[in-house]
Parts: sequence; C-alpha cells; structure tokens
Amino acid sequence: MINKVVANAEEALKGIEDGMTIMVGGFGLCGIPENSIQALIKKGTKNLTCISNNAGVDDFGLGLLLQTKQIKKMISSYVGENAEFERQMLSGELEVDLVPQGTLATRCMMAGYGIPFFPTPAGVGTEVAIGKQLINWKGRDYLMEEAFEAEFAIVKAWKGDAAGNLIFKSTARNFNQPMSMGGKITIAEVEELVPLGQLPPDQIHTPGIYVHRIFQGEKYEKRIEQRTVRKK
Amino acid sequence: MLDKNGIAKRIAREVKDGMYVNLGIGIPTLVANYIPEGINVELQSENGILGMGPFPFEGEEDADLINAGKQTVTLLDGASIFDSAMSFGMIRAQKVHLTILGAMEVSETGDIANWKIPGKMVKGMGGAMDLVASAKNIIVAMQHVNKAGESKLLPKCELPLTGIRCVKKIVTELAVLDVLPEGGFRLLERAPGVSVEDIKKATAGKLIVEGEIPEMVI
Repeated sequence: MINKVVANAEEALKGIEDGMTIMVGGFGLCGIPENSIQALIKKGTKNLTCISNNAGVDDFGLGLLLQTKQIKKMISSYVGENAEFERQMLSGELEVDLVPQGTLATRCMMAGYGIPFFPTPAGVGTEVAIGKQLINWKGRDYLMEEAFEAEFAIVKAWKGDAAGNLIFKSTARNFNQPMSMGGKITIAEVEELVPLGQLPPDQIHTPGIYVHRIFQGEKYEKRIEQRTVRKK
Repeated sequence: MLDKNGIAKRIAREVKDGMYVNLGIGIPTLVANYIPEGINVELQSENGILGMGPFPFEGEEDADLINAGKQTVTLLDGASIFDSAMSFGMIRAQKVHLTILGAMEVSETGDIANWKIPGKMVKGMGGAMDLVASAKNIIVAMQHVNKAGESKLLPKCELPLTGIRCVKKIVTELAVLDVLPEGGFRLLERAPGVSVEDIKKATAGKLIVEGEIPEMVI
C-alpha cells in the first residue's frame, strides 16, 4: 500500500506557492478544510486563485484568507455573505469569476475523469456565455465549459486511511468529493485517520489514487452558518 | 390579493404525487408546508440531498447536514446524500421534475432574471442558471409589480438574464399565468378580490385573456 500520510497541515501544504490556483472544498461553512485554511494563513502564501463554491464569512472559512489579503481571485457560484469580500471586490483588489454551481462542480470533477470540456445548457443566452464557444446539438444550444486546472485541491473528509481513501459525512460531501478528484495534488484533511482495512472498500467515496497527502485535523469547530430549528 | 403564504399554497397545488422537486429560497421554501396529505414527493436540495426533511429540533442540529440555503435540516427515512456534481447531474438529466423559484423579472417569452442588479453587490447565481436551463417544468413565485408599482412581467427582461425561454408558469399575488411557447402570458386564474382589469394594468408584457377567468381556489 502506498502511504499518503503526512504529519500535519504545514507538511501537507508544502509546495503551495504564491500565485497558484487551488480548489478548496466545502459548501458555505459545511465541510471546509479548517485546519488547512489556518495553516495557509500561517504560511502566508499570496496571490492565490481559489476555486470554491463560496468565500466563507468574515471571520471563518476563506473569509480568513481574504482578511489577510492572500487571495487574488475567487472562482465561485455564490459569495456575498462577507463584508470584507464585498469591500475588496468593489475596490477592485479582488477578481471574481462567477460560475453556475453545477458547472463549477462538474468542472472540478472532470479534472479527475480526464474530460477536458463539457457542453452544458446552464448560462446559454446570459452573460456567462460571453467569450465561450456555443454548440448546437440535436436542436439545443450548449456552452462549452473547460475542466479546471488546479495545482492543489484541499478537501475535508470524515474518515480516511493511509492509502488516501476517503469517506465524507452527510452533506459535507458537497464539493469535497469532486474536488478531491480534481487537483494535480490533492490534500485531504480528515476528522479521523483510521488504520488500513477499516474503511469498507464498497463504501469509499474517493479512492486513494486521487489523494496525495492525508492528515488528521487537530480540531474542528464546524461552525453553523444558518441555525434553523423547530420547537420540540 | 395573495400574501406570500397564499402564493405558496397555490403553487403547492401544482405539486403532483411522485414528483422530485427543487425549491428555491424565499416563497418557494414555504411551498413544502402546504403539500397536501397523500401527495408523496421528494425534495431535492442542490448541495446534495434527496428526501430533505424539516428543520431539526432544538439541540439536534448538525453542522454537516444543511440545505442549499445553508440552513440546518433533517433527512426523512429513505433519503440519500450525494456530491454536488451528481446533484447537478440529476438536474441536468431532468430527473428532477419540478423547479420552483423566485424571480425579479420574467419576459413574455419565458426568459427569467433573478440573480443580478447592475450597480448593486452581486452575490452570484448559485445553482439558478443550471436549474432553469435544465428543468422540465419551472414555476416562478414572484410579485407581479415592484415597490414602485411597475410590472415585473415584461415584453423583455431589463435585468441580466438567468436563463432564456424556460419559465412555464407564474404565480403572483394577483394571478396564475402560463407562458406560451409562441410568447405571451395567458391568464388562467385571478387571486381572490382581483379583477381581470387589475391584472391587465399590472402586466406590461403581452397578456392573453380568453373567456371567463375563474377565481383561484386555495
């Protein structure tokens, strides 16, 4: 078995340099790689292009990397829960490329399937179509969308093993699964690193071939963005 | 005239047994409260849930279990979880039968604008462009006129588009209307206490009125 285990987030992030493109997993604050984000702040890497569905909130998630001005460009489907984000975008400090959510998820996944581009009806006839190739297939229009090329993907899983196999928990699977396949180097932080043989092969969401470095996160805050409940 | 819950109640009558349904944020979310007994549907949340249940009881919320509005939710028995790429795969493949979402403007040819107002902070389209481009059936829940009293049912959308020629049905505080494939809003029902004249005045796009227009049953 090929051993993918690294000691901690600092070691996992080796090789991430200024100006690189990274995928960062999660949806909202659900399933974000909290430990890696903290380590990236400590590392101080600048001018990053981040592919991530959202940009966190002011004091959590990718919002922390915005506060430290480490992000040059965000590629996301929905942003806006974040005052610092808004300020940097309106002042022109931050570039933002808005991509329909399904297109974003698929462009991550395609990188792991070796599919260079795919036709989608999402965005036809809108400003998203500007500058993109339009094809007509059996009477319907589609936009050609490219697979993402990211030097690193940073994801968070529930359980993983030394072989790099990953299992996600509940809706924290979200973008973590497609992104775990999509990085040239994929870093997975997990809540629990288990001994080989404990993860049932039938239940693995991402096979270890896609994962290059894995470590158990020190702690998880798992902040809730919108706490909605009903009375007992 | 209907309030938000009235619009949601009327839309709930469009939900048929056996449907997989995606509900957008706002009035569409309220539709779940009014689906009649005996109608079995599964709610899809595009971050990756089929069989989404109500909000959790206090103290039982789980940070790992949220819906597309980032709210804590629960799962019903028989629910499934999947990644966001597969989620939009089932949307693109039209496995999800019905999408209900809000709009700022709809045109008489079924174009929809609901994601961007020039000059204001742009938050992004989220999954709306994927949903409207692929759904077989789209019902829009919206206000007929804006706060200034101007119609939001237009010959042509003025705001940046989310999708083209996709809206099939609209439910507003005043009326239920179909969008015809050849263009035009066909008036189907009036809200209680609203006249055909009121609806004509509130509709800037081409309005088609044929015969008697019944009052809505809610």
